[in-house]
Amino acid sequence: MSSLSVENLSVEVNGKRILDEVNLAIPKGEVHVLFGPNASGKTSLLMTILGFPNYKVVSGEIWFNGVSITNMSTDERVRLGIGVAFQNPPAIRGVKLADILHNFLKSEPEAKKKEIELCETLNFTKDFLSRDLNLCFSGGEVKRSELLQILAQKPSFVMLDEPDSGVDIENLGVIGKVINDFLKERSGLLITHLGYILRYVKADKAHVLIEGKVACSGKPIKILDQILKEGYGWCEKCLKIEKKC
Amino acid sequence: MLKDREEVLKAVSKPASLGPDLEIKDYIREAKAFYSCPVSSLPKEITDQSLKVGIRTDEKDRIGTYFQIDHSVVFQGFQKAFEGKIELMSTTEAIKKYDWLKDYWWNLIPANMDKYTALSELNWDHGYFIRVLENQKIMFPLQACLFISTNGLNQNVHNVVIMEPNSEAQIITGCTVHPNVQRGLHVGITEFYLKKGAKLTFTMIHNWAQNFDARPRTAVLVEDDATFVNNYICLKPVKSLQTYPVAYCKGSNSKARFNSIIFGVGNSNIDLGAKIVLQGPRSKGEVITHAIASDSSQIYSRGLLIGEHSDSKAHLECRGLLVSDRAFIHAIPELIGKVSGTELSHEAAVGKIAEEQIRYLMARGFSEAEARSLIVRGFMDVTIFGLPDALRDEVKRIVDGTAKGVL
Repeated sequence: MSSLSVENLSVEVNGKRILDEVNLAIPKGEVHVLFGPNASGKTSLLMTILGFPNYKVVSGEIWFNGVSITNMSTDERVRLGIGVAFQNPPAIRGVKLADILHNFLKSEPEAKKKEIELCETLNFTKDFLSRDLNLCFSGGEVKRSELLQILAQKPSFVMLDEPDSGVDIENLGVIGKVINDFLKERSGLLITHLGYILRYVKADKAHVLIEGKVACSGKPIKILDQILKEGYGWCEKCLKIEKKC
Repeated sequence: MLKDREEVLKAVSKPASLGPDLEIKDYIREAKAFYSCPVSSLPKEITDQSLKVGIRTDEKDRIGTYFQIDHSVVFQGFQKAFEGKIELMSTTEAIKKYDWLKDYWWNLIPANMDKYTALSELNWDHGYFIRVLENQKIMFPLQACLFISTNGLNQNVHNVVIMEPNSEAQIITGCTVHPNVQRGLHVGITEFYLKKGAKLTFTMIHNWAQNFDARPRTAVLVEDDATFVNNYICLKPVKSLQTYPVAYCKGSNSKARFNSIIFGVGNSNIDLGAKIVLQGPRSKGEVITHAIASDSSQIYSRGLLIGEHSDSKAHLECRGLLVSDRAFIHAIPELIGKVSGTELSHEAAVGKIAEEQIRYLMARGFSEAEARSLIVRGFMDVTIFGLPDALRDEVKRIVDGTAKGVL
């Protein structure tokens, strides 16, 4: 059974179609990669899977562990085991990183000890938990903070939106190792532009999204090589061929 | 400064320049007398209310206490170990004891400023006198409670705080009412004097009633190398509250900071300002206000920085959060530079809770209601006060407890 599957999914934002008949199935234990040029719908697909209300599903279905989640609220989906690391999370004054971690760890024995362990894993001092969420965080801190929350949540399926963008080489090493360890025996969907994170994370399959459609799917390294060599023009050609058929 | 009785009498019908005008005759002056007693023996309904404004009647972690109910001073005292280090008594007693106190009395605030200052001069109901002697550093807080137990009462207190050179202290003042009190008028005059090198953190918590009016009048004189921090919290309903405290940073390297967290509930009309006048070289000021308006509340959040010295710097930050479509926040930040070289800045933002923030927290497993509540409570984050850890945790508990009730 798939961990997450998306069937014939079409989505609109403010009346504009942004995803068109998307089909995607991520089996349990597999990690898939999503490539695509800017504004092709990658982040929109993640937001739709999360159930953000401004992403209106006009047709299709989203399944998680065999259950339709299409009409569930975001928090219900999260409680079922979906996690996300955002690319550009909003700053929230007065809300502390600790508030989020407490919520995820509240039922765990020795939650405080666990918090400190998680901080150490991501090279944070304990003081960082008292900072206002995402306020004046550096690029690397944003990415590590997102991962810290994921580690505390322990979702069975995780979506990572460009965890490698705007990150220096040192942070990339930390992030790459943490993601790779975390994804063992879990499922995930990973968005990356330049594929740096794929040096650390073993992905099973890649999909290319062009203008809200899945243009092709295949081996991640092969597709990434092709994109780096020829750009997305190569994928657009595929779509045109498909249209003619 | 003017103390002429005739001038004061002329001001008895002079409305304040801000806030709704009140008819003084609508409030009563008669209150039964309360006799002196240990604060720990006060009735439970009084101790419970006091605790909500940071006043501990068990006096745990407090150096001294001043407790006034209506027009009666019921307790004034401090730990024996601090004799010769601090003084704490009613201002009525202090003014009899010290002839020199008249030099501090109505020295920073004109008694004829408006009908409320005039009322306070003509019908003065005690208030506290706190003096921390030279070089004394008091690490635990002193506390003062101004309590109203008679419905419809007018209470006029006049407080004086003198921080002698190189002294340090924390003061918590809680102003509150008996659960049976619905209406009344509290006028509080407070004059602070911080001498060379003194440091004072003054935290005031108000907890009034839906038909209650409050008109505090506060002024602060900050001399060389002295630092004044004023923290103000008002989270419960009030009919009208109007106050515009002012700090004169007269000394070189003098600093003043006003931090406020206010929550407008019901039909509350809150007009809260803070003014800092930078007069000394290297003087610095900061005003931070976080205002939340719910229900049909109206909040005016004012701030005024005046740069009178060429080597001075101040910043004003006003953040307003509207959690109801019927509520109203008017942020009025003002900067007046009188000399070149003064550096004044402000930022003000008023708006609703950003949907993006709610969605983010929902993606962390919070329900929509939980996410809203977390954001609003975050807006009331007491870490802006810069209090010592123990006091910060205590104030946080009070704010969280109150927030739980109003959210």
